[in-house]
Amino acid sequence: MNATRKLPSIQGSVVADRIYRATILFFALCVPLLLLLIFVEIGRAGWPALRQFGGAFLTSSRWDPVQGEFGAAPAILGTLLTSIIALLIATPLALGGAIFLSEFCPAWLRQPLSFLIDLLAAVPSVVFGLWGVFVLVPLLRGTVMPFLRDTLHLGVTPFFTGPAYGPSVLAASLILAIMVLPYIAAVSREVLMAVPRSQREAALALGATRWETITGAVVPYARTGIFGGIILGLGRALGETMAVTMVIGNRHELSASLFAPGYTMASLIANEFSEATSDLHLSALMAVGFVLFVITLLVNAVARLLVRRVGEVRA
Amino acid sequence: MTELVTLREVEGAPMPSASGPCAMRTIGLDAYFGSVHAVRSVSLDMPSNEVTAIIGPSGCGKSTLLRTLNRMHETVPTARVSGQVLFHGQDIYADEVNPITLRRHVGMVFQRPTPFPTMSIRDNVAAGLRVQAGDKPRRAEVDAIVERALREAALWDEVKDRLNASATGISGGQQQRLCIARALATAPHVLLLDEPTASLDPASTQKVEELVYELRRTMTVVIVTHNMQQAARVSDRTVFMLAGELVETAPTRVMFTTPSDPRTEAYITGRFG
Amino acid sequence: MSAGAIDASGAVGQPRRPTRSRPVALARRRGVSILMVTLTCLAAAVAVVPLVVILVYLLKQGASALSLSFFTSMPKPVGEAGGGMANAIIGTLILIGIASAVGLPVGIGAGLYLAERRGTRLANLVRFLADVLNGLPSIVMGIFAWQFLVRPVGHFSALAGGAAIGAMMIPLVTRTTEEMVRTVPQSLREAALALGYPRWRTSLQIVLRTALGGIVTGVLVAVARVAGETAPLLFTALGNQFWSTKISQPIAALPLQIFTYAISPYEEQHAQAWAGALVLITLVLVISIVARVVTRARLGGGHD
Repeated sequence: MNATRKLPSIQGSVVADRIYRATILFFALCVPLLLLLIFVEIGRAGWPALRQFGGAFLTSSRWDPVQGEFGAAPAILGTLLTSIIALLIATPLALGGAIFLSEFCPAWLRQPLSFLIDLLAAVPSVVFGLWGVFVLVPLLRGTVMPFLRDTLHLGVTPFFTGPAYGPSVLAASLILAIMVLPYIAAVSREVLMAVPRSQREAALALGATRWETITGAVVPYARTGIFGGIILGLGRALGETMAVTMVIGNRHELSASLFAPGYTMASLIANEFSEATSDLHLSALMAVGFVLFVITLLVNAVARLLVRRVGEVRA
Repeated sequence: MTELVTLREVEGAPMPSASGPCAMRTIGLDAYFGSVHAVRSVSLDMPSNEVTAIIGPSGCGKSTLLRTLNRMHETVPTARVSGQVLFHGQDIYADEVNPITLRRHVGMVFQRPTPFPTMSIRDNVAAGLRVQAGDKPRRAEVDAIVERALREAALWDEVKDRLNASATGISGGQQQRLCIARALATAPHVLLLDEPTASLDPASTQKVEELVYELRRTMTVVIVTHNMQQAARVSDRTVFMLAGELVETAPTRVMFTTPSDPRTEAYITGRFG
Repeated sequence: MSAGAIDASGAVGQPRRPTRSRPVALARRRGVSILMVTLTCLAAAVAVVPLVVILVYLLKQGASALSLSFFTSMPKPVGEAGGGMANAIIGTLILIGIASAVGLPVGIGAGLYLAERRGTRLANLVRFLADVLNGLPSIVMGIFAWQFLVRPVGHFSALAGGAAIGAMMIPLVTRTTEEMVRTVPQSLREAALALGYPRWRTSLQIVLRTALGGIVTGVLVAVARVAGETAPLLFTALGNQFWSTKISQPIAALPLQIFTYAISPYEEQHAQAWAGALVLITLVLVISIVARVVTRARLGGGHD
């Protein structure tokens, strides 16, 4: 019967599959190409300022568009300062919340509570900024700053002195703390939930209390991942723009007092970019963007490597 | 079955040629996964309009051998093949051969049912038709082909009233017969079955076996099975493999009554594997 | 856990406590434990507070300025109450459209590549860089888009703004596509190939279609994220007080309008900013919640 059937041709071209493979390869290569393009374009645009001022661009505090002098030290330090304060505030809360969610939370509450915290990450930056301008800043000015300075007598330290303007490094740090909290909490929760049951049971069986189980067995096991989550939060804080721009007060000086206004790299760019009239001013802002890009790139790379290592151990 | 068998030679392996024309033939075929040598220098004839069963213990390379016949083997990373596979005399590993076109003529059914979850029962059966070369068949033609394929797979009566329902809503046994119908719809010359009843209940298994027995009238079937009774029931020729090598090939009745290789005898009588 | 058990803290690497004071120590350890568990519970509660507070303020401040005309009228001149953000709402939708046209093909294509070439060195590198790109500050994307798309052309445009936020969608869409394509069983891919499907049809018609629900969810999350982005639009889309739907011209956007009004000195504009923020966050939260519900229904809820 087969003899009556025409023998099939099995020849043919595989061009369509080659095109498909080339297409998805091209799209995949877009990711590294985009990063490279950003690096080159911003680096090129910032090069005149970096060349003119050299190391002083990073260390000088003089930022004077009129005289054509540009030193970004206050913005760089302001970025680091606000981010670190934000992490100091957010980490205990995020970690505590993550521990509660992964270890002690009743099962019915876990999903909704995690979701609410995750949802905080979805709130647009400009909405945080709006809330910061009209709620947080007046609250700081009218209540929190006088309380810290006068009632708690923290005014004797250099950190809580000066007039309570409202827009300040403190306000920016608080907003940032709220904004990075969900990132740290989400990563910590994931890595804590990935700790094998046996780790907990072993410690409990040996007579450890619930808290000792956490500090002695669970957290050490998840340490790398949690650290990665914190670094990830740091990356977010360093580059956060709108909310910070709206509450930090935008001043080219770095004071020891958290009550004083300041600048971050991102808010400096957001604030001055459209007003930059001279080529050098524009280039200086591009150079600030380049520094910010390189710093966040490194921070994110480290964070991803740490979190990835945990993922691999898990898999 | 006995009539067919008496027409065949009864010599042991390796048989250079069966008496009839061969739809599929391998010559000195080796297959690898990375450094693992899964199929070792296998030369095997699969005569047209016969059912060839490949048996052997787990990991003997029988599924890998089957997957070299429609070039599915090479879809796994690090997999390699050397030697020849002839489909009606044409080397399927020749440069000008498109594996996609080849697979339209050499159908395959897997161990577990694999209905496409986004498609209805009808669309699943017609899935292969949509990628056929040439003009697209008209709706009425497609419906006729779908009905024929489902009837051949003994599934028509069970699903004819819900052809537009999701293919994942039917039982596992029905899903496997659906996959067979899908493979039959394109009227392949050769059908490869990789342990098609491994995940089925006895009733479904019986239906599939009856189907395989019928299929030899229109096509050549190669079936991998770890179930020797199944090989004995459905096949004309049986091939025994061990550790990647072809140990013996013979007409099924001969194989199961008077195997020529002591290793075959040991396996068939249940002494290992 | 009995008091006679081996001291657990010793077993897990902390200094062993003196044996003699064990009963007192045990009571103290239990007390510490209860206190700390309570504190973590408190931390979780505090972590939820900001969201609740912000939502309450948005509702309180925004609802009063919100009316049907907010969606249908143009902004009023400075000093006049009322008016709306019709142009900004349309502008945001147009920007999302441009962003999707840029971000979706690249993101889905790259995600398919990562899933299909899993384990190769290039795939690992691209995945890592996609994660790094995900953390790129939005202001950096903004000045890059200005330098690359606005400066050479000589004027601001919706196209440049859409492209900037589209680029921000890429890493999110890439990773979701990869994850979702990975959930499609390999056997399904094999079944299609064995049926004579070319690879490209296997990938697009069988695998991608099977994973489509999950990918749509990921796309929604990405859209929700970029819908609220402001910084990349500052020097690209720029904003526009007038009605414009031309993609080669500056265009209004909801987040930009909120920003402009929030830092303005006028009470009327502050009210509009709150109303705009309420609309924006409703948009973002509804998308996020829908995406979440869809994902949970699909994956049957729960964690791995």
